[in-house]
Amino acid sequence: MTGPTKYLSGVVPMDPPGTFLHWGVIQISVANLIVIVLMIAVFVAALVLPFPGRKK
Amino acid sequence: MSPRSGDERMWTARLRNKAVAGFPPERLLPDRQPAYVASWIYVFGVATLAALVVVLVTGAVLAIEGPQWWHVSTAGRFVNSLHLWSVELFFFTMVIHLWGKFLMAAWRGRRAMTWVTGAIAFLGSIGTAFTGYAIQSNFDSQWITTQAKDGLNSVGIGAFFNVLDYGQMLLFHVILLPFVLGLLVVWHVLLVRRHGVVPPFADIEPSKEADTSTAEPTTPLAAEEPATEEPAAEPAPTEVMT
Amino acid sequence: MSIWAQRRAQEAIDARPWTGETRRYDIVKEFVAALAVITLLTVGLAIIFGSPDRPAITLGAWARTAPADFAATTVAELDGTSGTATYGAPYINDPSAGQKLGPLALQRGAGVREPINTATDFVLGPLSTSTDPAVASAVAQYRAASADQQQKWANAYADALAKAPNGDPAQVAAGDYGPVPAMTASLLAMAQRGALDGLIQQQGGFYQTNYSHSLLFLADGTYLEDQARAENLGGDQWGMMNETGRYPGQAWLWLYTFWYQVKPFSTSDNADALVWGLMMLLSAALVLVPFIPGLRALPRKLRVYRLIWRDYYRTTNR
Repeated sequence: MTGPTKYLSGVVPMDPPGTFLHWGVIQISVANLIVIVLMIAVFVAALVLPFPGRKK
Repeated sequence: MSPRSGDERMWTARLRNKAVAGFPPERLLPDRQPAYVASWIYVFGVATLAALVVVLVTGAVLAIEGPQWWHVSTAGRFVNSLHLWSVELFFFTMVIHLWGKFLMAAWRGRRAMTWVTGAIAFLGSIGTAFTGYAIQSNFDSQWITTQAKDGLNSVGIGAFFNVLDYGQMLLFHVILLPFVLGLLVVWHVLLVRRHGVVPPFADIEPSKEADTSTAEPTTPLAAEEPATEEPAAEPAPTEVMT
Repeated sequence: MSIWAQRRAQEAIDARPWTGETRRYDIVKEFVAALAVITLLTVGLAIIFGSPDRPAITLGAWARTAPADFAATTVAELDGTSGTATYGAPYINDPSAGQKLGPLALQRGAGVREPINTATDFVLGPLSTSTDPAVASAVAQYRAASADQQQKWANAYADALAKAPNGDPAQVAAGDYGPVPAMTASLLAMAQRGALDGLIQQQGGFYQTNYSHSLLFLADGTYLEDQARAENLGGDQWGMMNETGRYPGQAWLWLYTFWYQVKPFSTSDNADALVWGLMMLLSAALVLVPFIPGLRALPRKLRVYRLIWRDYYRTTNR
């Protein structure tokens, strides 16, 4: 692929082998860990961030 | 047009009256919501729905072009990427939605079916996603299906749902499961519209606080008093329809 | 008032339409906004990360890259020791094979609905399409022999292959293996030139949509699994959650794959059935949360709802 269309296959090279973290019986890929951490972060933010609306 | 006498027994009139009674237009497409719906946690339901729409649209494009298109075309690969990431976002928002609804005990007030349909849709989505992995027709599909078959075969399901049968998996993923999932999602959303968003826990003073099984029922700002001997309800507020 | 009456009364109150304070709400605009945000995120993620597409391993590629593994697998299909040959239902009619969920033999109970004869379907059948007289005669010799003799030849050759350096068929010690070496070499050559991929499909006609035969044969070898394990996709590597390369996988399968990592599941022959049984139970529990005492009382005890509805509680304090 040449030209700008090559970006349609992804800019960041993701095919090289991933990195995996080990804690005891737990093994997790860095990618999955990021997803899970992001989920928790977004969840906590949703609970904590003020919601716009009429204030008393 | 009201039915003439005798027409009320017609199936059509009965169905129509039931539908209209259950879902008056203002409830189906409201322009007001309870004031307690004031948290970002509430956007994850509609976000999940929006993600599902993107999943379906990108899936439709892949279906139009056929299951091998994305292997040989740059545009196809891009649409496949859109389909993959919309699925990731779908699960991301759906799980956060589930966490929020659990912490709100959103099944209260006769909303158990809303929870049940949502939970089944969650599990059904996992199954649908699995058939999607099965039809990628690449190394992933080979590994995932040859592994998954063991789980399914061990409990007898594999004899009827052959994950190594590409044709069967393709039809499940593109037609059967989205159809069933679609029905579940529609049912779930209609239940939310019908019963409304669950009200907050009617909290009492911390010193008297117990779990709901022993506390006297209290009303969260309802106009009427509950039918109890000692109503612990606070007086109704001035109705503020702003 | 009894607890049941209290609970029913509270349920009735919570079920009533809201008559308290309300706010403006544009439901259509909310959906359109959500759609716009999700679409933008999707497009962004797709452009930045793309999606994985590691090409499938053809039987031809397997035979060319790992001929020793291919040969060993071929013999295992002949002597009935391969994974598929000893699997039980739904492929093989073997009353002793198959997993059990406690006393329940569900695997066997479902029946042999995808019958396979590994020797015929994976080896003898494809070989009998050859027009090479040497191959035809090897197959004929094998078929003419008694079941006992066939077993002796295949077992002996399997042992010899295992003992040969790197499992190389060319370095196998001399012995009485009958036509098995010739058949194995022939199937290997057939696979290496790409002919086996089509031949092994079971539907026998023009159109093929069922890849059971190719996949079972491929998975009976070690090559596919080696490739998968190199990417941490193995069952005991939490592989169910993972994806090839650096991509995120299926984080939502964390609990399903967790059980395989710990005893008793990790050392059980019935691991798959046990894990499925357990996950079915837990899934049912998830669906039925509203009806499970203790579980349904958890939100109240956790008090996170005080955070969610803090504005409401503040403005309606007693």
